[in-house]
Formats: sequence, C-alpha cells, structure tokens
Amino acid sequence: MDLRFAPEEEAFREEVRTFLKEKLPTRIAEKVRQGKRLTKQDHETWHAILNERGWLANHWPKEYGGPGWSVAQAYIFDVETALAHAPRIIPFAVSMLGPVLIKYGSEAQKSHWLPRILDGTDWWCQGYSEPGSGSDLASLKTSAVRDGDHYIVNGQKTWTTLAQHANMIFCLVRTSTTGKKQEGISFLLIDMNTPGVEVRPIVLLDGEREVNEVFFTDVRVPVANLVGEENKGWTYAKYLLTYERTNIAGVGGSMAAFKELQRIAATERKNGKPLAEDPLFAARLARLEIDLENMKTTNLRVLAASGGGAASLEFSAMLKIRGTEIRQEITSLTRRALGPYAQPFISEALDEGFNGEPVGPEYAASAAVDYFNNRKLSIFGGSNEVQREIITKAILEL
Amino acid sequence: MDFNHSEDRQMLADTLARYLQQRYPTGVRHKISSSDTGWSSEHWSALAELGVVGALFPEEAGGFGGSGFDIAAVFEQFGKALVVEPFLGTLLAGRILSKVQGQKQLLEEVIAGTVPLAFAHEEPQSRYDLAQVAVRAEQNGGVWTLSGCKAVVPQLEAANQILVSARIAGTPGEESGIGLFLTDVASSGSQVRGYPLVDGGRGGELILAGSRATLIAENGYSLIEDAVATGLVALSWEAIGVMDVLKAATLDYLRTRKQFGVPIGKFQALQHRMANMSLEIEQARSAGINAAAALDETRVARERAVSAAKFTIGRVGTLVAEEAIQLHGGIGMTWELPLSHYAKRLTMIGHQLGDEDHHLDRFVALGRVA
Ligand SMILES: Cc1cc2nc3c(=O)[nH]c(=O)nc-3n(C[C@H](O)[C@H](O)[C@H](O)COP(=O)(O)OP(=O)(O)OC[C@H]3O[C@@H](n4cnc5c(N)ncnc54)[C@H](O)[C@@H]3O)c2cc1C
Repeated sequence: MDLRFAPEEEAFREEVRTFLKEKLPTRIAEKVRQGKRLTKQDHETWHAILNERGWLANHWPKEYGGPGWSVAQAYIFDVETALAHAPRIIPFAVSMLGPVLIKYGSEAQKSHWLPRILDGTDWWCQGYSEPGSGSDLASLKTSAVRDGDHYIVNGQKTWTTLAQHANMIFCLVRTSTTGKKQEGISFLLIDMNTPGVEVRPIVLLDGEREVNEVFFTDVRVPVANLVGEENKGWTYAKYLLTYERTNIAGVGGSMAAFKELQRIAATERKNGKPLAEDPLFAARLARLEIDLENMKTTNLRVLAASGGGAASLEFSAMLKIRGTEIRQEITSLTRRALGPYAQPFISEALDEGFNGEPVGPEYAASAAVDYFNNRKLSIFGGSNEVQREIITKAILEL
Repeated sequence: MDFNHSEDRQMLADTLARYLQQRYPTGVRHKISSSDTGWSSEHWSALAELGVVGALFPEEAGGFGGSGFDIAAVFEQFGKALVVEPFLGTLLAGRILSKVQGQKQLLEEVIAGTVPLAFAHEEPQSRYDLAQVAVRAEQNGGVWTLSGCKAVVPQLEAANQILVSARIAGTPGEESGIGLFLTDVASSGSQVRGYPLVDGGRGGELILAGSRATLIAENGYSLIEDAVATGLVALSWEAIGVMDVLKAATLDYLRTRKQFGVPIGKFQALQHRMANMSLEIEQARSAGINAAAALDETRVARERAVSAAKFTIGRVGTLVAEEAIQLHGGIGMTWELPLSHYAKRLTMIGHQLGDEDHHLDRFVALGRVA
C-alpha cells in the first residue's frame, strides 16, 4: 500500500493552489472563513471564475465541458478549494441535474441545458421533498397529468433550498397512481416563471431564509421537459443520489473548519492558558482529529474502489453518516470553545460590510448560528437514520 | 424519603405554570424577546405579585422560600415557558444581598418586583472561573470607582441595580481580594452595551470606566460561590423544564408523523433513541434534585453536587436538543416550530455559569479536597 499521492497529482495540487491564489477573490474567501452570509452574486461570481477555467463541472465528462479529472484530482480540488475558503459549488445543477441529463437526457435537452448550467444562465433548485414525503420520498403526490403537449402540474414541494434564487426546478412528480409507488414517478424540469408557481420562504431556526415551499397550481410544463421516460423518474433520482460525488463526506470542508477550530482553541484562554491545552478540551480535539484522519482514509478507499464511477449506495451512506457527524462535532466544539461568547446574536455581523464593534472575539459571531444550522447535515440528503437502514440492508444483510 | 414538593411549593409551581400557560404562550414570548427591551416589565410585575420572586429568598431576607427546591420549582416552570425575564440575575445578586448587612430595604423592593437586579461577574477572559476577576476597584476620598469590563451579563439592560465583583487586592485567579459592589447604571457613569442572544434572551457588556459604586462586601469570593451555586440549581432546573417539553413534543411527533405508511415511532431505530433520551432526562432530574438538596450542605458537598448537576445537564442537554431536532427531521429546523427555540435555549444554558467540561474538571478538583 502507498497512501501518497503520485508526483503528477501533487503537481496538480500546486496548480490548484496557484489558481486559488490568483483567482479566488479575497473578499469572498474571507466571508466564507468568517461564516458570513454569501449573496447570490457571490456564488455566481465564483461559479463564473471556475467555469472560465473549465473547472466548474469537474466530474462531468470532457465532451460536455468537464476537465476529465481522475478521482484523485477531483478529491484534491475539493480539499484545496475548501482549505482556501472558496464557496462550495452549489450542487443542484452541477452535481445533481447535470449527471442525470448527461446519462438520461435527450440530445436536445443536453445541448440546451448543460451549457446554461455552466455559464450560469439558469439557477436550478431541487424539488423532491413534500410535506408528507420526506424519508419516504416515493410516496410523493405532486401530480403531472398529460394534456396534449403539456403536463399539468399540481401539488407542493417543500424544503427547497435556495428556490428564492432559482429560475428552474427539477422535480419528481407523480404520473401514475397504479402499481408500485416507485413506478409512477417522473423527472420533470419546470420553469419557475410559469404561471401557477409560487415560492414561499421557510425561516430556519437560525433566523435565515435558506429553504422554501414551492406550490404548483395548474402549471403547464412542455412534455419536452420530461427527462427520460415517463414513470422511470425513480431510477434517475436514485442515480442522482448515488452519483459519485467525491465530497459526499465533506472532508475538505471539515478539514478547513477543523483548522479554524484549532486556531480558536489556541487563541481562547482558560486559566490563563490556551484552551487547546486544557486536558478535557484537548481530548475532545484529539478525538475529532483522529476521527477526521480516519475519515479521510475511508473516503479515499471508497473513491479508489469506485474507480471514478459511482460509489455504491451503501458506501456513500457510510461517508455521509460519518462525514456529517464529524462536521457537526466540529461546529459543536467551535461553539463550546467560545464559552459565554457563543451566546450573543448580532445578525448584522454576518453581513459583509458590518463595521459595528463585534461582541467578544471576531470569530464569535457565527459560531452558534453555524452549529444550529448544521444540524441539517444529518437530516437532509437522506437522513442519517435512512443511511443506516441502507447499510444494514445492503451490506449487513439484516 | 419523599420526592414530592411541599404543598405550598407545589401550589406556587402550579399557579406559576397556569399563569405562563395562559399569559405567556410562545407567540407572546417571541414578541417579548424580539422587542427592543427584550423583556416584559408587565409580566415581571405580575409574576412578582404571584410571589415568584419572594419564593427565591428566605424569610430572614423578606421572602418565603429560598431553599434549593423553591428555586427548582420556580425555574422548572421558567424552562417550560422559555421565560426571558431577569430572574437569574435577580436570584444571584439577591442571594448575595440577603447575606450581607444593610441591604434589607433594597431586597424588599426586589421581592416586591420594583427592582430587577443583574449580577455582573464574568469577564471577557474569565471563562467560568469564579476567581478570574480583573475589574479593578479603587477608593478615593471614601468613594469607590470600578474600571474594566464584564461580559455577557444576562438581561443587563433590564436591571436598575447591578451587583459587580471587582478586585480590591491581588491578581486575577486569586480567591481573596474580590469585593462586591452595587452600581446604578443611570448615575454611575458606566456603559451598557446590550444585544440579543441566540436563545431569544438579551445580554450585555458592562463597561466600567471609573464608575462609581457602593461596596457591600470585601473578600466576597465565598458569597459569589454560594450565589453561583443557587444559579446552577436554577439553570439545571430550567434545563429540566426545557427537556421535559422537548421530550413531550418529540414523543408526540413520533406518534403522529407518518412515513412509509406508519408513525415513525414504530421504527425501532427511533424507539431506542427515544428510550435513551427519556432515561437520560431522568438522570438529569436526579442530578437536579441532588443539587437542590445540597444547597444547605457544607461547601465541598454543595459545590460537588452543583457541579455534578451542571455537568449532567450540559451533557444530557446537548443530547436532548440534538435528538429532538433530528427526530423531527426538517420541521425541527424551523423557526416556526417552538421546539427549535427550546433546543436553542437548552444548548445556551450550557454556556452559562460553566459548561460540562468546566464542571467535570471542577468536580474532580473538589473531590481531591474532600
Ligand atoms: C436545510 C434543509 C435543506 C433541504 N433542501 C432540500 C432541497 O433542496 N430539496 C429537497 O427536495 N429536499 C430538501 N430537504 C429535505 C430533506 O431531504 C428532508 O428533510 C429529509 O429527507 C427528511 O424528511 P423529513 O424532513 O420529512 O423527515 P421525516 O422523513 O419525517 O423523518 C423524521 C425522522 O424520522 C426518521 N425516519 C424516517 N423514516 C425512518 C426509518 N424508516 N427508519 C428510521 N428512522 C426514520 C428520520 O431520519 C428523522 O429523524 C432539505 C431539508 C433541510 C432540513
């Protein structure tokens, strides 16, 4: 065994670092580092910079505008961008819809939608969950009824992340109510400016608008916007979920957050000494560091085994569970590291250009907010309980 | 053995619970907490009239309670309703006033509900260590002035009178040489910087720059420790109140939310976690009982029991808050659901008067002394 990256991979790492040094706007990186709010424009700016270099859709095949990277390259890119505090690539279009279109979309759909993802013409959101259909996604009810060249869509989606920015939504809709519930679902692309689409915000516990409800009332969607075959949407949805995403474990993000936590623990004082030297806190940090190191290797093992294709469902499940647990523990320790100063909540301090005096250390403003917001990690994208079910059934055969 | 509250105490708890249910529902609480002042003087007065402040102090001090179980009974109800009014500061500062000479009249006003108090002890660098006092006190021509900064004082702006610890002698970390002073923001020349807190309460920084104050006790460390012990009992029971609400809400959700055609409570994966959560809450309640009972014990027994309780509440609190959100799925993450605010308060209790690590450490250290 050899855990080192090959020389050409290390050279690639340098290339990524140089690119980040030159092209990642400091203003945006600082916002990410400090846990400040990013605007729609911040994301668009970063996507455009990546696209210019051909690195935005970095796991798409070359013919559709991907860079043709190996698994190791994609991993290195994820880690380096996270460590440099680049914004994450918004996954809905690039990592979710893109691969589905590439595999199952018609030529017309590919040539129309894929370039628009790359150049930022469209902002996509994901319309899967419904009020009654969360973990049991296949029970979804939003209906699409064929009417000539159109589907008429009625129903409600919920938890739609960043729908307030989106002009397009990819949805799972019910096109048949007979037979198995998985077999009557279709994958439909809907223009959010169509009459009958309404978006309402849901405010999360940290006071932020990040998710939305999306209502459909007699929305006319051209049949041309059906991806693949009618009633086969579940297959595509599953493919989308298992599609190998090198960062499902979020290792890069956790490494960056852990470094920041170490910095805070070295700065904060307890009994006149750095908090990092307090035996109890040091033990917590050490356990986390060990877990993270183990995770890194597990992640690489899974990536290596997948050989650039899709990681199996059960191994993605492992990465998702442990990766999110680690990230949540980092945010939890960061919050704790602040002691009493985790409590103040100066919402404006999370906006760019805030020049009021911070309360407590400058890194305090986002700690508790981040902790609470990241509770979502173990809930969305298939909750950690559902992931454990997958492991017990698929690997352990229980 | 009798694990029931006395009749009087139970009556007060019931009356308080009824009042809060009727007059302080979540909507009202949110309105109060998001108002400019961040508390309601109207509810404060009404609660004082019910005897809630009086229950926190013994008869010698003009109250009619003051035992650990009185404090427990009251704060448990505060937890259930997420009360934001300045009871904790009033308890801590009032406890000290009740143990020194010459403060009877002020304490009477406090108990009558006319004067809320704040206890400004922690500092930006003190991190829960009670002896880490750097604020300096100086005497000039019989007048005391204070200089330095006090950190994240709960409901600081609400207080008419602030009890401040300050160093008369020695260096931060030493138990001796810490004086206790009363100061009135309006007339002392000190500055208050108030802000909202994550859990919906308000707090503030007290900036003292040669601010006038009245000395009420020299060498006040043991008074501080004793007052903080009552505060730990209060916070522990507030947390128990919060946990009971989170448990009830989560159980209710497990019974009603359907996925895969059955209530999610039918999944064993969730049943065992719910079982675990409820047994941990009972452990926390027992820790709260131990702490309340130990308030009248000798110093080491008392301090070990309150540290044990705060450690337990901190550990179990994180578990319960995180599990309650998780078992609710997406809806548990929303502002609209009261649950998320209970989870935030429970988590933030962990940041008051010492977190789980601090108290575990302290429990070990006190064990060496014992
Ligand atoms: C911040 C955020 C962003 C999101 N973004 C999007 C988005 O952009 N698009 C989208 O379509 N959806 C999105 N979601 C929805 C997310 O995928 C769902 O919340 C998730 O699938 C869980 O569904 P639910 O909330 O209905 O919880 P439920 O399914 O009701 O689950 C409640 C609890 O029961 C557990 N549970 C359920 N079934 C089982 C079982 N069989 N065994 C054991 N435990 C079980 C769950 O794990 C959970 O703990 C988002 C959610 C959040 C919180």
